[in-house]
Amino acid sequence: MNALTEATIHNPVEDLLRMDRIPSIWCPGCGIGTTVNSFAHALMRNHTDMKKLILVSGIGCSGRVGGYIGTDHFHTTHGRAIPFATGMSLANPELNVVVYSGDGDLVSIGGNHLIHAARRNVNLLVICVNNMIYAMTGGQAAATTPPAAISSTTPYGAFEQDINIPQLVDAAGAVYVARWTAFHVKQLETAISEALKKRGFRFIEVVTPCPTLFQRRNNMGDGLAAMKNYKERSKTRNGAPTNEVAIQPGGEIIVGKFVDRERLDYLTLMRNRLGTNYHEWVDAPPQTGSEAEEGCGEC
Amino acid sequence: MNRGSVIVVTERCKGCGFCVEFCPTHVLKLSSAFNAKGYHPPHLVDAEKCSGCNLCGMYCPDFAIFGYREPQLRPAAQTQSQTGKEA
Amino acid sequence: MATTAEPMKSQREMQHADPRAVLTGTHFMNGDAAACEGALSAGARFAAGYPITPSTEVVERFAMRAPQVGGLFIQMEDELAASITLQGMVWAGEKAFTATSGPGYSLMMEHIGYAAMTETPCVFFNVQRGGPSTGLPTLPAQGDMMQARYGTHGDICPIALVPNSPQECFWLAVRAFNLAEQFRVPVMVMMDECVGHMTEKVIIPKAEEIAIYPRRHPTKEPGKFLAYGEYGEDLVPEMACAGEGYKIYVTGMTHDRRGYPLGNADAQRALITRHFEKLRRAEDELTQIDEDHMEDADVAVVSYGITSRVAERAIQLARAKGIKVGRMRLQGVWPFPEKRFRAAAPKLKAFVVPELNMGQIVLEVERCAGGHCQTISLPHPGGTVHRPLDILAAIEKGAKA
Repeated sequence: MNALTEATIHNPVEDLLRMDRIPSIWCPGCGIGTTVNSFAHALMRNHTDMKKLILVSGIGCSGRVGGYIGTDHFHTTHGRAIPFATGMSLANPELNVVVYSGDGDLVSIGGNHLIHAARRNVNLLVICVNNMIYAMTGGQAAATTPPAAISSTTPYGAFEQDINIPQLVDAAGAVYVARWTAFHVKQLETAISEALKKRGFRFIEVVTPCPTLFQRRNNMGDGLAAMKNYKERSKTRNGAPTNEVAIQPGGEIIVGKFVDRERLDYLTLMRNRLGTNYHEWVDAPPQTGSEAEEGCGEC
Repeated sequence: MNRGSVIVVTERCKGCGFCVEFCPTHVLKLSSAFNAKGYHPPHLVDAEKCSGCNLCGMYCPDFAIFGYREPQLRPAAQTQSQTGKEA
Repeated sequence: MATTAEPMKSQREMQHADPRAVLTGTHFMNGDAAACEGALSAGARFAAGYPITPSTEVVERFAMRAPQVGGLFIQMEDELAASITLQGMVWAGEKAFTATSGPGYSLMMEHIGYAAMTETPCVFFNVQRGGPSTGLPTLPAQGDMMQARYGTHGDICPIALVPNSPQECFWLAVRAFNLAEQFRVPVMVMMDECVGHMTEKVIIPKAEEIAIYPRRHPTKEPGKFLAYGEYGEDLVPEMACAGEGYKIYVTGMTHDRRGYPLGNADAQRALITRHFEKLRRAEDELTQIDEDHMEDADVAVVSYGITSRVAERAIQLARAKGIKVGRMRLQGVWPFPEKRFRAAAPKLKAFVVPELNMGQIVLEVERCAGGHCQTISLPHPGGTVHRPLDILAAIEKGAKA
């Protein structure tokens, strides 16, 4: 180790984090923190205005990411980060609203909201950390849990078909759809950097290890084993049709940028449709000497 | 001389081993020492081969390691470290 | 803890409405429309909702009016979404609301709790209809009154206001937004299908005559501001919003004064008791009862919403018979005005409580009466209103004690 050091050498990622809350609650070998590095580096690459960046999340391990980033953070209810973020983005379009949450939260309980936000092309970036399990609550099966996997609610092995998230989001109308894994740290950074510069509904799935629950219960080793497994199984196919990118159990994990298209976002569509029915609003100057009586009319 | 080095925040490490595995020049190993939580943090075992690429830092889920380029050795390396671009 | 709230704070900070949003004039409109205009006058330019009879007209009108003031209405895919989309709008710095009825109100319960826990100022209009379940979509009831207070899990202290005319729908909508900002709580405006769909004269004055409570912005700079920690004796924290540079942490988990999750019993006690105490300290200000002839009353008729208009007829008939009957028409139902009822009970022979439900607010009345007088409930599962003669009969029974 270099003697020059801690005083002079500094990890710039720390400037973007709430260091008073580190270490995180995540398990050893959990990949969520790895994705946060890619996110932070993308923010640095883009010189993102941290004051306008808003992190919205739902409930779950991945929903805790926002609490470690040094921005305004809204930790909302399970499945409902996207509608909350929709309201925020529409009411103040200058905000750069990012939803960073997990697969169970965004695609199971939140599935309906995901579909409609993509359909509407609300101006949001959604980073969906997919560890194929409901981790925070102890490892129950999710819509992303692969067939045969053991979980606390599928003790004999899962038998439901798991969902192909990029296909769902693409069909609903998202303008940017990509999948990477936590192994793909640089590609994920680039994807996030790219997506942050686009308008409309952008979605990035990141397949990530859950060592404590998913890996352990399925005798798949630890987080590192999962990362090596992703490295082996991943195949980059940029532009692949999303109906071909379902994750094959034990087989290929297709990664890449699948969709990158242009479509007018919600507010632009609204203004175009409303035309002169929409009147621009400028807040009135602050009132001084507020001596208005509490008027309740006939009450 | 090594082109780069790492800082390890030993108390933050959870011993996951990502940095050791994904270092392109294999300069890290988990040490036999423990931190306060009982994990084995990494240390540089082959310092001369460290390029300061910071892939270890990118992989670390706990922000417990950071790779950096030695600025005084090569002007090219210095430029690279300023733009934050790594291998 | 100190025992009184800062008395004149609310008046000192009032502003007046923005004239661009106020539909000044004399109108002939129904309660739903008047509620919409009240929201606009209060400064709300954003809403999220979902269609449900008999509330839909509130947002239909808003969909047309909001763009005129640079705002918008978004019809979400369900009430689960609508009830939290409006909170995203609020945290973006705007005033926002939704309107719904029974089945939608039930879906909104989790997010009403979220609003209470995060102290998000917001307004929920519930134009009540026959329940439970799908019930009577087009007919009145008042069956959600307890739900307004206890529908979400955990302990919350919402405010609930109950108008009994379209004119009152306007004014109580304005008051709802003001109270929401003043106390940082979700406020329910509990209408019913009759009040929502009846068409009456509604006078909307000039903007200067409408007092508005603005967002309680931070007075400290970033770095020195605790997201849930800057409050005085009124226990209501100042509110930084998204994008203002305060790095706020807003969570539905139990949290400390920084807003950071803190999962222990001490944090729970500190937080939840402050939520309750901030309203308790303002009990007098929040007591809103339209009273008449209570000085020498033997019987008091306690009612709210459409039922109060039927009760008024019964009261007239009873007085004509020489019965000393007083009126206590609740305009504010939650927090329940306990002090007033505990004071009134010893002087009365009976409370008569007609409601379009199987007896909900009567439970509060009876509790506060403390056995000092009778409490006569007149339950009615809804679908239509009480008959004045039925209420009269109860008044007569109460007077005989």
